Amino acid sequence: MIAARRLDKISRLMGSRATPSAFLKAFNKESLLWIESLNPKVRLLGNDDGDAVRFSTYHYSSNCNHSPTNKVLRNLPAHVKIVEVGPRDGLQNEKEIVPTSTKVQLIKMLVSSGLTVVEATSFVSPKWVPQLADAKDVMDAIQNIQGARFPVLIPNLKGFEAAVSAGAKEVAIFASASESFSKSNINCSIEDSLARFRDVVSAAREISLPVRGYVSCVVGCPVEGIVPPSKVAYVAKQLFDMGCSEISLGDTIGVGTPGTIIPMLENVMNVVPIDNLAVHFHDTYGQALSNILTSLQMGISTVDSSVSGLGGCPYAKGASGNVATEDVVYMLNGLGIETNVDLEKLLLAGDFICKHLRRPPSSKTAVALSSKKANSKL
Amino acid sequence: MSSLEEPLGFDKLPSMSTIDRIQRFSAGACRPTVDDMGMGNCWIEGRGCSTSNSCDIFSSEDYEEYKGEAFPWRRHVRDASEGEAFNRRPKSLSKNRMKFGHVCKSRNLPDQHYSSKCTERGIRGITNKFLNGIPKFVKIVEVGPRDGLQNEKNIVPTSVKVELIRRLVSSGLPVVEATSFVSPKWVPQLADAKDVMKAVCDIEDARLPVLTPNVKGFEAAVAAGAKEVAIFASASESFSKSNINCSIEESLARYRAVCLAAKEHSVPVRGYVSCVVGCPVEGAIPPSKVAYVAKELYDMGCFEISLGDTIGVGTPGAVIPMLEAVMAVVPAEKLAVHFHDTYGQSLPNILISLQMGISTVDSSVAGLGGCPYAKGASGNVATEDVVYMLNGLGVKTNVDLAKLMLAGEFISNHLGRQSGSKTAVALCRVTADASKIR
Repeated sequence: MIAARRLDKISRLMGSRATPSAFLKAFNKESLLWIESLNPKVRLLGNDDGDAVRFSTYHYSSNCNHSPTNKVLRNLPAHVKIVEVGPRDGLQNEKEIVPTSTKVQLIKMLVSSGLTVVEATSFVSPKWVPQLADAKDVMDAIQNIQGARFPVLIPNLKGFEAAVSAGAKEVAIFASASESFSKSNINCSIEDSLARFRDVVSAAREISLPVRGYVSCVVGCPVEGIVPPSKVAYVAKQLFDMGCSEISLGDTIGVGTPGTIIPMLENVMNVVPIDNLAVHFHDTYGQALSNILTSLQMGISTVDSSVSGLGGCPYAKGASGNVATEDVVYMLNGLGIETNVDLEKLLLAGDFICKHLRRPPSSKTAVALSSKKANSKL
Repeated sequence: MSSLEEPLGFDKLPSMSTIDRIQRFSAGACRPTVDDMGMGNCWIEGRGCSTSNSCDIFSSEDYEEYKGEAFPWRRHVRDASEGEAFNRRPKSLSKNRMKFGHVCKSRNLPDQHYSSKCTERGIRGITNKFLNGIPKFVKIVEVGPRDGLQNEKNIVPTSVKVELIRRLVSSGLPVVEATSFVSPKWVPQLADAKDVMKAVCDIEDARLPVLTPNVKGFEAAVAAGAKEVAIFASASESFSKSNINCSIEESLARYRAVCLAAKEHSVPVRGYVSCVVGCPVEGAIPPSKVAYVAKELYDMGCFEISLGDTIGVGTPGAVIPMLEAVMAVVPAEKLAVHFHDTYGQSLPNILISLQMGISTVDSSVAGLGGCPYAKGASGNVATEDVVYMLNGLGVKTNVDLAKLMLAGEFISNHLGRQSGSKTAVALCRVTADASKIR
């Protein structure tokens, strides 16, 4: 019935030689209403003018779940927590210093989009990461923001203490599954770094501060090549045993595919409970979303990403790095997975920082949706 | 998670050729078994074998090192003081890359060889659950020269198109959509269809289908030497009307005539269905409509039906019910998926399709072909990215990634812009920077 009415309207418009944008204008609201009538769980996003079609909300989750042959999506988590790393992992590679006020505004906009964990900054020495030298000021400015957690990266006990005195309520540490990467990146062996972090975690536990542990190079290392899953499991287990509440597994150079992700995750899941694991994929080879999907199929329910794909790959200049939060949210929406994130507001946050950095977003979803919005206004 | 203390600069990396990079990173999927050593010629030929994936990463010494050892990296810790360990691998890479084939006898996942014994049992169990249904071989239908180029504003010279086709064929792609016999009034870029067909008529290593809109186009195609054609219908009524100026039913009637004529000439016909998930006008498209059109095309004689997410809005949540509906009326082995990467979703969609048993994937070298419905947005998924993922899954494609990248580089250079393939950009950038060190 609804389809017939819509087709009527279409033929009337066709008869009047309406332009494509007229089609868009005419059918947006109606399409949205039609979808709503099919699936009450759908959240319909739209502007006040309703001109831009938001396909990301067109998901068939109810149909999916009822299908008996739909084994590939059967065990997906109902809810995924997104850990937004844009303000830290994303911005830290930017050459031009981003003003503190811009960083703070970005963080505020990310929080208002519904993201519940936003990695705010890093207390690594400004000598190595000048972009984040204003860590203390950023922490000052976000003290009163409610509704989200703001972990900060720290390299050692000294950094931890600085973070805590600046008001941090959660910290993150990072070890590598590759010995050579550990040495070249943080100037010490894996074992030495773990010893360093045991001190940090000890100190954190004394004041009941949660610690997140990152493992880098979980698939490949720019020096060593492929990294065995057993190594990754070893480091992950060490971090978990010392007291990290969550272990984020990072494909630092983005070389992973589902074929390598699965054995890596299996090994780690043997020694760390799945609820304490997160995945942090880089999109350098365009593989991040399929790796995330695979991880979800294996039961992972925490995903790291970066608004607008901020943060390139320092090992392949010009290549992309972090996976874009918008693209992740688009996919999760389509899978019917709850994220609490409002894609529309997230797009605004991405737009804000990209305007400041004077370049287009590295998120295909953001590019596609902003282009459609621009076209519909013609 | 980039460098936090002292950034790892390129001066610290051993310099590597693109081939080394591809070997090292293109996939971790396949390890040479001891039996496979000595089949390196297979790889160099680039044909008849699996892709040039990173089976070559480890030399026999490395393999021996890791076999059965739970924490092999500890040896590196001990060796570190000798200062040699971390340089050994790159040297062995270049020394041994000629030695090893990458014929993967099975889809053994990369690190099964490296995991400790206690996890090996667990691995096969869980791994199989997700990868069991994935085909061992995927046919890639390369649509760059047609679907990719047809949207280019600047006319690409015939010679460049022909050279692109030749390079694509030499990379091992079994099917390359060469051109289209749609009226030059609508697609001026492909007005040279006849000349292109003439220039590629000697190519035997690949099939070269061409698009035809009707019987007249079909006859022109056959006269020009085409041995395979493709037709296209839409699952969306409004898109059918605005794109090809007639209703779905009218287009199907048109195509029945083409299929009849094709049968008389023993010319295989491929059927495309567009807007299988969403339509720029109507919005979401019901899977039943897609199934209807797919079945009509199949019943009229198409040997393969390619399901196209024309505006790239699909996610696995929408692709699955669509595929289920179509697979209920057309056998899976007759289906292909043609995803657009406009929202970055094509690789997960392809992965899901493989898990559901689809074994033919359309893609476009360097991601040629933007989205005409969202200006500036991307369109076709890049063949390099697809091959990278398939390599990683241990799926054979017959495609040599290095040669494919050369084809992509060739056309991107001509078009004067960066490749739309992230794999190509990543591998080229690393090479470019590595070469500057010298």
